[in-house]
Amino acid sequence: MAFEKAGAMIAACKQRGGILLPLLEDINAEYGYLPEEVLRLITSELGYALSQLYSLATFYNLFRLEPRGRHFIQVCQGTACYVRGGQRILESVEGVLGVKEGETTSDRQFTVESVRCMGCCSLAPVLRVDEDTYGRMRTGRFRDIVKKYGRNER
Amino acid sequence: MVTLTIDDQNIQVPEGLTILQAAKQVGIEIPTLCYHEALAPYGACRLCLVEIKAPQPALVTSCTYRVEEGLVVQTDSKWVQRTRKIILELLLARCPTSKVIQDLARSLGVEETRLPTLGTEEELCTFCGLCVRVCREVVGRSAISFINRGPTRTIETPFKIASEECIGCGACAAVCPTGAIKIEDIGDSRLLHNWHTTLKLTRCKICGGYFAPQEELESLKQQVPLDEELWEVCPDCRRKLSAHKLPHHLSSY
Repeated sequence: MAFEKAGAMIAACKQRGGILLPLLEDINAEYGYLPEEVLRLITSELGYALSQLYSLATFYNLFRLEPRGRHFIQVCQGTACYVRGGQRILESVEGVLGVKEGETTSDRQFTVESVRCMGCCSLAPVLRVDEDTYGRMRTGRFRDIVKKYGRNER
Repeated sequence: MVTLTIDDQNIQVPEGLTILQAAKQVGIEIPTLCYHEALAPYGACRLCLVEIKAPQPALVTSCTYRVEEGLVVQTDSKWVQRTRKIILELLLARCPTSKVIQDLARSLGVEETRLPTLGTEEELCTFCGLCVRVCREVVGRSAISFINRGPTRTIETPFKIASEECIGCGACAAVCPTGAIKIEDIGDSRLLHNWHTTLKLTRCKICGGYFAPQEELESLKQQVPLDEELWEVCPDCRRKLSAHKLPHHLSSY
């Protein structure tokens, strides 16, 4: 089975009730998202309704329902970044990659998301690719940054 | 029994009742939107707010607050009226074209909302949650739930596709106070537009008319003991069939 690890995680929860959220967190951490098959497995194994799981999965920002791309791009839209043009930075990222915020490129290389403040407002506007932070961003710079992560512009 | 005061009336009611139920017992009406007798109290719409003077002055939702000894309740004080009007303005801003909300607002002295209606001209759903709760608590299917959060919050089936759990019973539409859920029977199909679900209807053995989805009948069979043949006929024919079975002196009524 493709989701053996998830099966084991769910089995471990069978012993104790009321730990649905930690279970979803673990599964999300393991696979980078909540695969539909795993949610269905939880339904049959632990007796939760699928609608209940879907409700939780869409309520918390932490959970994803689509697999994330190989690289995760976060564009800050917090107050400081916003006033220093964070929105234009996001638009330039969307333009270069051809996806909208929250989406993943069709080659599964990049997922773009906006975040509210990364705690380094003095560098505003800020963009992060995986663990690398890029401060004082300008709209033209993303084309060069993205090349480092193995992708030529469209 | 618990003794409490509602609108200056001293009353005695059984323990465990909510203020809303206690008020009803003495004929005091409190407006509600998300309350339904068949379902657990929810406290979402906030329309049933009342003021309690003791133990401490506070506004509480009467549908969820249980009576306690010495409780003093005002169901229509200035504070309650003012707050209720703001709630109605909020509801009007969300569902500006809903006849039910307009009438409710007017009956409590609110003619219009001061709040902007942002792209909600078509909106009828107040998020009272009755459809979600009736599907879970009474029908026992949990086919739908609230999804997302904040401005994108809505009610949906899992993955926003046809529901495997929906039996097409229409309890969600029946319980919806504002008519936000659209269900249509067209030919041999029942279309549940909000839930992306279409179910095939069963034909009545007697009159040949389409009457209920097979899924609904199967689910009901588990809960209601009826003669097998009664499940194969529509409600109209079922009534006639049952009437024939009554002793003659009863069926002539």
